[in-house]
Amino acid sequence: MQLLWLIPILPLAGFAVNGLFGRKMPKSMITLVAVGSVLLSFAWAVKTLLALQPLNQPYVERYFTWFSSGSLNVGFDLMVDRLTAVMLLVVTGVGSLIHIYSIGYMHAEDGYYRFFAFLNLFMFFMLTLVMGANFLVLFVGWEGVGLCSYLLIGYYFVRDYAADAGKKAFIVNRIGDFGFSLAMFLIFAMFGSLDFGRVFAAAASKPVESAGGALTLICFLLLLGATGKSAQIPLYVWLPDAMAGPTPVSALIHAATMVTAGVYMTARSAALFLKAPMAMDAVAIIGIVTAFMAATIGLTQFDIKKVFAYSTVSQLGYMFVGVGVGAFDAGIFHVMTHAFFKALLFLGAGAVIHGLHDEQDMRNMGGLRKHMPIACWTLFIASLAIAGVPGFSGYFSKDEILIAAHGRSPMLYWLGVITAGMTAFYVFRAWFMTFLGRYRGQAHPHESPLVMTVPLMVLAALSAGGGFIPVPHILAAVLPAAHAGHHDPSLAIIAAAAGLIGIGLAYLFYVVKPGLPGAVANGLGGLYRLVCNKYYVDEIYDHTVVQPIKSGSETLLWKVTDVGLVDGIVNGLGRLSASVGGGLRTMQSGNIRSYAAWVVFGSLLVLVFIGMAGGAR
Amino acid sequence: MSGHLLSIVLFTPLAGMLLLLLIPSSKAALLKLWANVVAVAGFLVSIPLVCRFNQSLGGFQYVEKADWIPSLGVKYYIGMDGISLLLVMLTTVLGVVAVLCSWSAVEHRLKEYYAMLLLLQTGMIGVFISLDFFLFYVFWELVLVPMYFLIGVWGGPRKLYAAIKFFLYTLAGSVLMLLGILTLYFQHFQQFGYYTFDISELMKLNLPMGLQQWVFWAFFIGFAIKVPMFPFHTWLPDAHVEAPTAGSVILAGVLLKMGTYGFLRFSLPLLPKASVDQTIVQILAVLSIIGIIYGALVSLMQKDWKKLVAYSSVSHLGFCTLGIFALNPNGITGSVIQQVNHGISTGMLFLVVGVVYERRHTREIKEYGGLAHVMPVYSVIFAIAMLSSAGLPLLNGFVGEFTILQGAFEANRIWAAFAVSGVVLGAAYLLWLYQRTMLGQITNLKNLSLKDVNLREMAVFAPLLIWALWIGVYPKPYFDVLEKPVAEIVQRVRPDYYRVRAPMVTAGLGEANAR
Repeated sequence: MQLLWLIPILPLAGFAVNGLFGRKMPKSMITLVAVGSVLLSFAWAVKTLLALQPLNQPYVERYFTWFSSGSLNVGFDLMVDRLTAVMLLVVTGVGSLIHIYSIGYMHAEDGYYRFFAFLNLFMFFMLTLVMGANFLVLFVGWEGVGLCSYLLIGYYFVRDYAADAGKKAFIVNRIGDFGFSLAMFLIFAMFGSLDFGRVFAAAASKPVESAGGALTLICFLLLLGATGKSAQIPLYVWLPDAMAGPTPVSALIHAATMVTAGVYMTARSAALFLKAPMAMDAVAIIGIVTAFMAATIGLTQFDIKKVFAYSTVSQLGYMFVGVGVGAFDAGIFHVMTHAFFKALLFLGAGAVIHGLHDEQDMRNMGGLRKHMPIACWTLFIASLAIAGVPGFSGYFSKDEILIAAHGRSPMLYWLGVITAGMTAFYVFRAWFMTFLGRYRGQAHPHESPLVMTVPLMVLAALSAGGGFIPVPHILAAVLPAAHAGHHDPSLAIIAAAAGLIGIGLAYLFYVVKPGLPGAVANGLGGLYRLVCNKYYVDEIYDHTVVQPIKSGSETLLWKVTDVGLVDGIVNGLGRLSASVGGGLRTMQSGNIRSYAAWVVFGSLLVLVFIGMAGGAR
Repeated sequence: MSGHLLSIVLFTPLAGMLLLLLIPSSKAALLKLWANVVAVAGFLVSIPLVCRFNQSLGGFQYVEKADWIPSLGVKYYIGMDGISLLLVMLTTVLGVVAVLCSWSAVEHRLKEYYAMLLLLQTGMIGVFISLDFFLFYVFWELVLVPMYFLIGVWGGPRKLYAAIKFFLYTLAGSVLMLLGILTLYFQHFQQFGYYTFDISELMKLNLPMGLQQWVFWAFFIGFAIKVPMFPFHTWLPDAHVEAPTAGSVILAGVLLKMGTYGFLRFSLPLLPKASVDQTIVQILAVLSIIGIIYGALVSLMQKDWKKLVAYSSVSHLGFCTLGIFALNPNGITGSVIQQVNHGISTGMLFLVVGVVYERRHTREIKEYGGLAHVMPVYSVIFAIAMLSSAGLPLLNGFVGEFTILQGAFEANRIWAAFAVSGVVLGAAYLLWLYQRTMLGQITNLKNLSLKDVNLREMAVFAPLLIWALWIGVYPKPYFDVLEKPVAEIVQRVRPDYYRVRAPMVTAGLGEANAR
């Protein structure tokens, strides 16, 4: 036994200690418990993986039975294989860095213990998610991370928009879970088990459903779940709002780890998706459309966190394209590199926001290069990485995805390339607006303390060099290889060029000719407003779904059906019996009369009913 | 003594109540203390039921049988299987909770109040252990009386309307049920030449399909009103809103389960043909699903905190009845577990309202907001209660819901698809309620000075919180204890269920052994 359970349980213990006693504990103790538990978890994960080398087969530990009803028999089982190993290291590694960073970022907050308790709880659920050896344990993590997301988005619960955003995230995710739950029932109906090993082994022997079938339906339902958790069309709307949470939360949950759960789940279920090509195509199409659309919105935002939020939606779209075209390894590769550079972008943005006393609008920034050089240059590296500049981590994973996409359809590739160009543009737009030029705000910018800048530097190193970790090679043993796309070097060159052009354009717009963006925005008029207002998707959802449900429930269901119709009949019967009772007053007295009348009517009802039932027979 | 274990459990609250009547009304503290002692004693004497229960046995345990009214064939016949065991334990635990939570909430007519609560305990336990239909009916009706007074005397502003509505509604149902019982009683005389209400004897009846359907619908009205199933639910919001907190806890936690229990103990085993009749099953399932979605939607828009929780019960009980009429082991097992779960989570939600009602004397949601600032511990308890009710994995609600949905899915995939949407809505109304009451700024100055929960209030919540976590993480004992009785019910209504599935069942066992 490798005691796999220690990996998730350690942060859970941290949550329990801080959650129960944190209010009374000194900050240093809270920090020790919270950060220590995650570091221990990281260390235990590394130790376990070393002990399990080379991990060519999944390693499973079964603990105790959870469900045992009829044929339904599900245990708390954890597993590690190479896919889990990558996720484990990313989650505990990046998680540890963000915990350390939070010590500095959150030091002045009243809810310090609450923040760290929830952050630890998140780690527990996220680790359960990636280590679960069956769909139901995965679902525990899946729902749990959603809960923590809710709790942490709503961390500043005094602000209504934060509470709104948390609620929105939870409910939208529940819509996705609707699909996930039904998918589990179908999987159980089809395979008689929810265990990954059994299900995937059995699925391997099934024929490919080119025209659709049960597996296709399962995969579409899983996809619905994935679009919720990973913020893809049509359920992406919660993620931009989720930025209401503290910035380390945005970095950990809404960039590096939780939102990639949909990609992980899809890759984990590769054995099912490979038998359902229609569903695979749907994954890729949803991915590319989301990537493209979110990138366009990213071009127009001024809140630095909103830029990175839409960027996350867009990059998750890339990952979906990867897994959708069968390049599961490339998708996971991008999960990892994205975790590095996007966590860095958010933490860097956090350092800026922190240094400017909660300013998030880039129009009030500028010239911060001199005031916070570490944030500036680490963010520069992250920007190069996400822009896909050759040599930096993002280049490698994005390249793998785009080449595989080209193998499936050149259209996917070209849309991906245009998106890459836009990505480079908006991320450098943000960098230029923040760090170059003159400072436009009123605060006194200052660099952050070491506890925050050291994680930035570590992540910068990973963002720069992370591409050299041979993730696709590591995963080759567990994930089916991508369609062997012909490695035409020109494809890679075009993608890289798109990134460089994007950077160049951003330089032109925001450094050389700062008047240009306004002129272009005015020139585009309606189109610009459409994009700037996020295509009005939130408003459309509100008018077509939320408001009808609310007003329909209030008027039609509650006031008309419940109070009007059903209770109207009931009270009518009551009044009727009262008047009959009044007629019977000469014969009887006391309260019993109304009951008696009621009995009469009850019996009448029976007679009528009997007559009807008899007639129907 | 041990031979009468069940009788002891049944009559401990009643005996305690009789002694309570001897205490002078002026001694308030003594009355409270004694009521709590009796409630705790009621729980303690029920613990041996769990310890000595043998889950590998079929049929009933702790059986006691004696003639009561021989001329009518009425017996004092009690016993329990796994289903009764869970519901009795729910009753004794919630009994302690209900009595303890009344400590400072109720201030007038204390003696009568606690007498009613304790009488209610005996009535409810009696319902869950009676194996004689007449005895069952006596307890069933007995429950009505104290609940009527609890609402009507210690209730809110519209207490009389609510109490009378509750009484008449459920009485109407009971009368029809009585007709059904009498039909079986006389049929038994016709077929066997003697009168009896003994359900094991009544199960030997050979009833034609037509008659079974009639009796089924007669029972249905009685049970469906109690559950309550849509469209018989409109007594529930009024009763809950007006009832004192303890009344709501017992009403939602235990009383509603008398309806679902009735389906399981009487409708299904006594009327097996009618219970699997496609038309009947379809109607019941559709009503359950309407209940799930309708209850949740109506809940969403409530402005009264208690009414919101009341409507959510309609939704949750919809899951329970859907599970029953899935007519397979998963559905029924899940249903019983969910009945316990609903008692725990909704019990907590009503207690949560009770805590602030006692401080502010209003249930209007808009009167609150931002309470998390002044009541941090309370806000955590409320959050856990909410999550347990919303079916978050590792808390109790998920275990019941998932098992029910799995059963429903086996029976009919469309049912499951609709029912799952209730889970989405469940999150919506609860989170919105939480936001409106707990989060944001404190807008009403009266809330600024609210005190957080005290030790006694924490003691009220503690057993329920622990129970919620236990069922959520390790529900196996519950599954184990339900395996036999559920299999017996399924076997009874669908004799070929296990025969057809025999290979699969053995495969399932193999899997269990492999583990």
